[in-house]
Amino acid sequence: MAKPQSSPHRLFAALLLLAPLLACAEGARTAADREPPVFQAAEVIDTSRRYPIQVPDPLEGFNRAVYNFNAEFDRYLFLPVAEAYETVTPDLARQGVSNFFANLGEIYSFANGALQLKPIRAGRAVLRFSLNTVLGLGGLIDVATEMGIERIPEDLGQTLGRYGVPEGPYLVLPLFGPSNLRDTVGLIGDTVAYGLVNPFGLASIERRYSAITGLRAVDKRSQVSFRYWESGSPFEYDLIRLLYTKKRQLDIAK
Amino acid sequence: MTCRFLRTSLAVSIGALLIAACQPAANPPFDTTRLAGGERDYDYPFVNAFAATVVGTPIGYKAELPERVISTRRNLTVFEGRRPPEVFWYDTALRFSLAKQDRPAPLAFVVAGTGGNDTSPNVRLLERILSAAGLHVISLPSPTHPNFIRNASTTGVPGRIRDDAPDLYRVMKLAYAAVAAEIEVTGVHLVGYSLGAWQAAFVAKLDDSEGSFGFGKVLLINPPVSLFKSIEILDRLAEENVPGGMANFSAFFDRIFEDFAEVYREFDRVDFSQDFLYRVFLRKEPGETDLAALIGAAFRLSANDMILTADVMTRFGFVVPRDQPLHATSSLTDYFLVGSRIGFSNYLDSFYAPFFRAREPGLTKDALIAEASLEAIEPYLRRSGKIGLIHNEDDIILARGEIDYLRAVFGERATIYPTGGHMGNLEHHTVVARILRFFRD
Repeated sequence: MAKPQSSPHRLFAALLLLAPLLACAEGARTAADREPPVFQAAEVIDTSRRYPIQVPDPLEGFNRAVYNFNAEFDRYLFLPVAEAYETVTPDLARQGVSNFFANLGEIYSFANGALQLKPIRAGRAVLRFSLNTVLGLGGLIDVATEMGIERIPEDLGQTLGRYGVPEGPYLVLPLFGPSNLRDTVGLIGDTVAYGLVNPFGLASIERRYSAITGLRAVDKRSQVSFRYWESGSPFEYDLIRLLYTKKRQLDIAK
Repeated sequence: MTCRFLRTSLAVSIGALLIAACQPAANPPFDTTRLAGGERDYDYPFVNAFAATVVGTPIGYKAELPERVISTRRNLTVFEGRRPPEVFWYDTALRFSLAKQDRPAPLAFVVAGTGGNDTSPNVRLLERILSAAGLHVISLPSPTHPNFIRNASTTGVPGRIRDDAPDLYRVMKLAYAAVAAEIEVTGVHLVGYSLGAWQAAFVAKLDDSEGSFGFGKVLLINPPVSLFKSIEILDRLAEENVPGGMANFSAFFDRIFEDFAEVYREFDRVDFSQDFLYRVFLRKEPGETDLAALIGAAFRLSANDMILTADVMTRFGFVVPRDQPLHATSSLTDYFLVGSRIGFSNYLDSFYAPFFRAREPGLTKDALIAEASLEAIEPYLRRSGKIGLIHNEDDIILARGEIDYLRAVFGERATIYPTGGHMGNLEHHTVVARILRFFRD
């Protein structure tokens, strides 16, 4: 569910192209021929209102297909790898890896804090990055949090939201999971900027050793307890869509 | 019948909880004498039953239990050859959990409450308590959980105990057979909470005649007495406490989310755990109306899952047209909206009763309501010394007089606390100590 901040570009592009093929086209509905159910929306629901569960989702068929694809990808590849990683790596080492990538994330938080004209937020990111890099062995230990300076992640999607850019339609991205048009633009922007600015030469190092990107993704997955279909609810897709949207609204307001 | 919506949704939405690390094979022994003294003083802090039900047991009042229990999830095929409908393509096996001891020990089955499964917070908590008591634990989904309805229900419509009890019993036997080679079992017990406790009473009776397990002890935690009375109470909560009724749910939802946002903004770090919920509670001091509305909304959400699943599995044509094909990518949002608005009496009159009447002509609604009560097996409950009861005087799911009825039926075998609402005090040190003693004595 969480979005790794660096993207395996080529895979991403390939999946975006493939995804429409995964969406089954729904046959022409012949609703008029069907025996109506005991209760139907047209009679029970006031259609002039918009209910919270009705998040704008014009590409729902496509999004659901990608959601299903992500669930299968998660089940057969992502989760087994993440679980194997948890089994073979000692707790301390994994914590170090998580801290290291989180520390790199301060670069985004600084840039977006600055773009949002939040000097304290940006300063906090700089302070955290400096403390953790210098005292925390290059970011392996999160000394800043232990000193009471907690991490507040910021990204370009939040920055755009801050300046009033609307969410746009809901989107489920291959591998990355729930998003919307604005946050997708933000994700691409963050990634491109990271490559261009190349802070401390990190982006070129990552380009050379693509395993780092893989490790980053696996680290992220092993931190997220979400499991597809675990809620049992037939409405899981709808509920995740609602929660993602509300969560982002909270992040932006924060 | 808990605030499943709040708890799961908060957990899912942020999802930054760390996963259990490298796991050894079985659970180490736990010194339960540390808990034994706790039973004397019951100092559960919430006197408001709705607050107790939503917030649970705050830090400082919780029993000291092992943080984690080593528990593995298993898949079970209950009916060979059953294939899910396309829209439920992902759900092909019943799921349960096993937490085992590395020495011979009694086994306890845990049955989840309404809409719950083996990962529900209360089940996980019981798993920790019973593991600490030295038992192997098999945790099962509620017959009302979609996973159970799809994979283990003979009728496809949950609620009728004459079907649900044998279905549950079948799953217990299969689950036991699936893990029998891994554990040494010296006796079998049964524990249920909420609806799961109610079902456990009927399963215990069934086992007395079938004898597959010969349960040594059966513990019922916060069961309803009359199932339909309790459902009616819960069903009314949303309609009566959301300002303007369920038709105006949007405004209520936005306001509650605003409250969350306000607290969220004040704290730098938010883990969205139950403790966060507690902080929201302390900060916003929600009134009884809001708490009741939340519980009602959570119940409607569970009921909604159940309604759509049952409708699809039986092709009854309740909210989905009978011959409407539903695909893996079909939108279900309209069914969500319809289901959350129908209300229980419509479900009972237009789905549940006609569905069972079609299988059993002449069956009346009153007969269906009457059979769905502990009163139907009262003589059995009165004479079965192995069955114990833990309940709360102020449990919100009970109708007037029902707690006195339970007291009369179970006599000395009942432990009834003055507060705790519905399942709010399960983690309280006094209650945990009581459960441990039940299995020790």
